Amino acid sequence: MNKGRKRRILIAKPGLDGHDRGAKVVARALRNAGMEVIYAGLHQTPLQIVNAAIDEDVDAIGLSILSGAHKTIFPKIMTLLKEKGASDILVFGGGTIPKKDRVELTSLGVGEIFTTGTDTHVIIDYLNRTLET
Amino acid sequence: MKKKLSTGEMVSRLLAGDRRAAARLITLVENEMDDHHEVMSLVYPYTGKAMILGITGAGGAGKSTLTDHLIGKFREQGKKVGVVVVDPSSPFSGGAFLGDRIRLQSHSQDDGVYIRSMASRGYLGGLSRATYDVIRIMEAMGNEVVIVETLGAGQDEVDVIHIAHTCLVVVTPGMGDDIQAMKAGIMEIADIIVLNKADLDGTDRSLRHLQGALTAGSFEEGAWMPRVVPTVSTANKPEDLQGIDELAATIAEHQTYLRKTRAIDRVRYDRVEQELGLIFKDELQKIIFKGLKGTGKKREYINSIIEQKNDPYSVVEEVLNTYLLPWE
Repeated sequence: MNKGRKRRILIAKPGLDGHDRGAKVVARALRNAGMEVIYAGLHQTPLQIVNAAIDEDVDAIGLSILSGAHKTIFPKIMTLLKEKGASDILVFGGGTIPKKDRVELTSLGVGEIFTTGTDTHVIIDYLNRTLET
Repeated sequence: MKKKLSTGEMVSRLLAGDRRAAARLITLVENEMDDHHEVMSLVYPYTGKAMILGITGAGGAGKSTLTDHLIGKFREQGKKVGVVVVDPSSPFSGGAFLGDRIRLQSHSQDDGVYIRSMASRGYLGGLSRATYDVIRIMEAMGNEVVIVETLGAGQDEVDVIHIAHTCLVVVTPGMGDDIQAMKAGIMEIADIIVLNKADLDGTDRSLRHLQGALTAGSFEEGAWMPRVVPTVSTANKPEDLQGIDELAATIAEHQTYLRKTRAIDRVRYDRVEQELGLIFKDELQKIIFKGLKGTGKKREYINSIIEQKNDPYSVVEEVLNTYLLPWE
């Protein structure tokens, strides 16, 4: 189904840290894998991210967090998505996020968390696999 | 949730201003899914009233930043604003990096603003094929102004003129002399030329060149004479911004001109004519390729052309005669 549909992914950096290299590397890799990446850039609030995801009708939101605020930001985004009836949008992430926190995030419905050093192909494969259904 | 709503229900939600419905319908139209035509037929009666503003110019000239300011001006007037921003698709992967939202952040939490990024998907002319329909969806959503920002344009990406009522071309100082400004193409589609970054060296010179080139043209009595508006759209302090109010006022002036002189009728007529041509082209191609499908003829034709036994024009004539003859 939806054979002609292009994958659309929102890549954003919530919170206050300004290290956007990782987000840009991932955005570029997804572009090269044939996806349409909407790059929202730095310092995005959870509400800005969720609004953008809805307006842009994306299949997934990728968040890069290196500030340690992941335990605040991810839950907020999941709640907002639910409130706005958009829980079908996949949320995944990356950055410096400890293993024990990853388990906690997954239990909230967050998808895979890719930490530093992940090969971009792993992320592309994950998205292709997960968004298939 | 994704598949539950019927097309009709989605359109009713759109007419009530529902963002999710608008977003879904835009995706549907952009991907030319099966109910694309049905959606547009349902939406069409609710369109035609919005002011459509086109913004084009080279990459990095400041189109998105200016768009951000202009959204603010329209919001001050209490108007709802839809924005379509187009960026190029990769000719290699088909993917895209759509980065215009970064400059359109002032209104990211304003319910009166709907912004959609689109990839050109191989369509030439500075827009994407679906842009025409996406504007209509934004109109039906209740937006009184729709801003269409093209991808970074060179000399010949002028399709925005077939869509917009008022067309801005954004240039920066040092982009060439009056000879560049006199060339056909992008410079002649401007109703308003915005000389952005007008705090850079060379602004006065560029202004003189642009104005010189414009006044070298001859204009019919009563016709719109394109204006040059210098602006500074990025500054550390808001009071250092320049020309934004003047730009908004000049846009309003052009709108008044279009209505007073009924020039808008001509703009609308040309726009529909252009669009019909595009749809005919697309649909005829679909019909013909569908007719050839499974017959092995398409491959045969292509090979005969490669082997120089035939040429593309003869093949098209033969196919058209075969498939369209019954209509004659």
